[in-house]
Parts: sequence; structure tokens; C-alpha cells
Amino acid sequence: MPTKIEKDATTGTETTGHEWDGIKELNTPLPKWWLYTFYACIVWGVIYTVLFPSWPTLSSHFGGTAGYSRRGEVAADLAAQKAGQAELREKIVAMDIDSIRKDPALMGYVQAAGRVAFADNCAGCHGAGGAGAVGFPTLADDDWIWGGKPDQILQTITYGIRNTNENSRVSDMPRFGADSLLTKEQIGDVADYVLSLSGTTGKADAVERGALVFAENCAACHGEKGEGIQDMGGPRLSDGIWLYGGDRKTVVETITYARRGNMPAWSERLDPATVKVLATYVHALGGGQ
Amino acid sequence: MKFSHAIIEKNVILMAVLTLITVSIGGLVQIVPLFTVETTIERVEGVRPYSPLELAGRNIYVREGCYLCHSQQIRTFKDEVERYGHYSLAAESMYDHPFQWGSKRTGPDLARVGGKYSNDWHVAHLNNPRALVPESIMPTYQFLNRPLNFDDAAEHLKTLRTLGVPYSEDDIANAQKDLKVQAGALPDEDTTALMARYPKAALGDFDGKPEQVTEMDALVAYLQMLGTLVDFTKINPEDLKQ
Repeated sequence: MPTKIEKDATTGTETTGHEWDGIKELNTPLPKWWLYTFYACIVWGVIYTVLFPSWPTLSSHFGGTAGYSRRGEVAADLAAQKAGQAELREKIVAMDIDSIRKDPALMGYVQAAGRVAFADNCAGCHGAGGAGAVGFPTLADDDWIWGGKPDQILQTITYGIRNTNENSRVSDMPRFGADSLLTKEQIGDVADYVLSLSGTTGKADAVERGALVFAENCAACHGEKGEGIQDMGGPRLSDGIWLYGGDRKTVVETITYARRGNMPAWSERLDPATVKVLATYVHALGGGQ
Repeated sequence: MKFSHAIIEKNVILMAVLTLITVSIGGLVQIVPLFTVETTIERVEGVRPYSPLELAGRNIYVREGCYLCHSQQIRTFKDEVERYGHYSLAAESMYDHPFQWGSKRTGPDLARVGGKYSNDWHVAHLNNPRALVPESIMPTYQFLNRPLNFDDAAEHLKTLRTLGVPYSEDDIANAQKDLKVQAGALPDEDTTALMARYPKAALGDFDGKPEQVTEMDALVAYLQMLGTLVDFTKINPEDLKQ
């Protein structure tokens, strides 16, 4: 029960006035530093809720007098970055790739920005550094399906291959086996012939028969000697570089079911400057012509 | 009478009542606005409920725990927006039950993965991630090449409707057919009705096996639509105000 507040003789501090079974409680004041920190926090809290988005209201929320918004900040960050690179990027959009390649300052930017954009957008399929994977062409070698000149690369990246973009590159290899255009024996023969183009020797008579089938069915897109026709997207078959595999079984499968790999139209996802940067970067990976 | 704290301390009922009032104020300030604010969902066009095939794919996504390694929320930071695209909107997951925002990125964010890779890529990657990304530690999902069980396609739509997803009677009646049409299992069927119900749905036989709807088909259909519904080139920043 509260007794009277008294001064403790030992510490000189007042008691709270409570007493339990003869035990009294000192009313030691809070340390000053703690108390003022506490008050400062309260003041800071009040100021914060005035400046920044805080209190809910019935239909919305109080937006704060400082006008801060996280989304606004992102927009500002991106705008600042864009402004910082605007000059370079405008130049890149306006110039053709051959002129960009002759400008060391622009190429420096292409190497830096291209590396990042390539890693994010292209490396998933074409591998780090354009090393390629089964079904996804290597970009660092001399073998180009749709052409390795700067403008050809730019067009491929801009509109993609076999997608829904109206300017997309399109080539449709017939399903020679699945659609019964050739017999199994003919497919076997033409596979032997195709393999012979890059030096794999098969049975001479099969190769000979295959050559006739090839001339009739394949040469229109792949060239008379399998040298490839880039305008048609008909890959070169005589260089020992295989997109889906160069063993006989895979080649037979390719002829039977055809291959129709596709690539997005990057102009639908990336801005023109990034597309140009990527085209220049890919051209410089090692295989550009 | 002079106020003394002792009065409250000595009266349990009074203390209970006052405690209740104090806690209620704290709670109400946080809860009431959730019912009264006009909307926390941005007014953007294009967001639609999932098509039956996408929904089946989404169920596989949940079943396999993809959210444990992949988030689906692009946060409002410059580096995230640069890498993944426009930051995610609340509106974009308004038909998600449960949402798949995730909280861990062992793999990349998938909120806008739709259309970034080809169908072939997704199938090859799910079959063996390391065939395409040598440093990947993602498990292989080759077993997804098994047939999809979609007897209950319409039931899933009905269930979601009880949670407020606006599927129409028409959507539910056509669920089975829509699912097959989208997966390319009915090649002669007209896709107009499906595309009218579910604009921007990714069509096609995703895994190269047209005669069979597989779990792979469903998952790829889902992945290919992620983040594609809102056309950000047509968005006015004012519309994003919550």
C-alpha cells in the first residue's frame, strides 16, 4: 500500500511510495541521455509522418508534404541515367554499325552496355560469349544462318526469327519424313550425302542416290553444294558445324521432322539503341563479317 | 476526483475495458482503411484471369515450389527495372490465389519472363537447365513431359470464382475445350473464341507433341504469359496512382 514518499538515506533518491512486506521501491529517474533520445525519436516520428506518405485516410492515404514516392524515385533514377547516356545512344541509333565500329568512344560504350544487355537477354539461349548450345546457334563463329554482316545481324535481332512479328525472318523446312515427302530410304541416302559434304564418308552408292534427292529437294534453300543460302535462312551444310548435331541419327531426325527454332523480335522488348548496341556487340564477338 | 493510475490498477474490469479500447484504436487505424480506400489496385487495362491451360501450369508451378527460388515481383529499384522490366503492379497479381511474389531469388525473377525466350528454349531448359545455362543449379524437370490431368479444369475455374475471380459461365463451360485448343491438341479448332476470352494467351503445341497435352505444355503456357498482359507503352503514370 502506498506509504508516504520518503528520501532513501543511502542513495539520496526518493521512493515510489509503495511498500510490500517492508520492501520499498526506489523511484530512480531515467538516465537523461535515454530520456532525450526517446523524446527525439517521438519528434522525428511526427516530422516523418508529416513529410512522407504515412497515415491512412478513409478513401486514400496522406501522401506527405515532401512529395516523395518510391515509384517517382525510380522514374527519376532511370531518367537521369537515360539523360547521361542520351548523347551516346542517339549517336548509336543514328549511325550505321560500320561507322560505330570506327569510333573508339562508341565502341567502348557498346562493349560495356552490350555485355550487360547480352548477358540478360541473349546468353540464356546463345550462351555466355555467344558460345551457343544445341538448337541455339553459336554467335562467335563464322557460320551464319541469316548472315553475319552488321545489317543482317541487326535485322535478325530487331525482328527475330519465326515469331509473330510481321517482319520476322521466316523459313520453313518441310517435314520430309513426317509429312511423307520422302521415303525412309531416301532420307537415309540424303543424310549420307549431307554428311559427305563435310567429309564424313558413307556408302558410295547411298551418297550418290542422296545427291539426286538433295538436288531436287534441298538445294533450293541449302544451295547446290550445301553451301547455304542466307537470304532464305537455309543453313550451310558443308562446314561441319551442326546446330542440332552432326551424327547420322540426328541428321535423319532433322530431315524427318524438320527444325523450326525461333527467336523473339527484340524490338518489341528493347529500345532501338539497345538493339543496335547488341547487333554491334554480337558482330564483334568474333564472327562478324 | 483526482485521476490516479491506482484506480485502473485496482479494477480489473475497468482495466480490461480500457485495454480493449486502446488495442481497438490501433487495430482500426490499420484495418478500416483496407475496406474504405477506393482501391489499392492500379487502374490498368489488360489484366485478365488465367486461361485453363495457364492455370494448370500455374498449379504445377505451385506444386513444384518454383516460388522457393523464383520471385515474381520486380521491385521499384533502378537495377531491378533495368534487368527485369517495369516494376510489378498490384493489378498484375489481382487474380492470383495465392500470389507467387516469393521472397527468395536463387534463380532470376520471373514476373516478366513471358515472351523473353522461345517455347523450345523453355522445354529444353526445363528438361535440362545445364544444357543451356552451364552454371545453373536448377533441378531438371524432365518428368513434366507426362500427360496433364485436366479432368478438373472447370472445377479450378469455379473454385477461383468463389474467391472473386470473374470467370463467366461461358468460361467455365468451355474450360476443357479452351485448354486443349490452347495446347494445340485440336489443330482444326478455331482459336477466335479462346483469344477473345483470354487475350494474349500463348498458343501452340509447346513441347512438340501435338497429340498430347503434357504438364510441360501447361507450365510453358503459364511462363509465356507472365508479365505480358499490361501494355506499358500505353500506360499513363497517373493511372498507376493507387
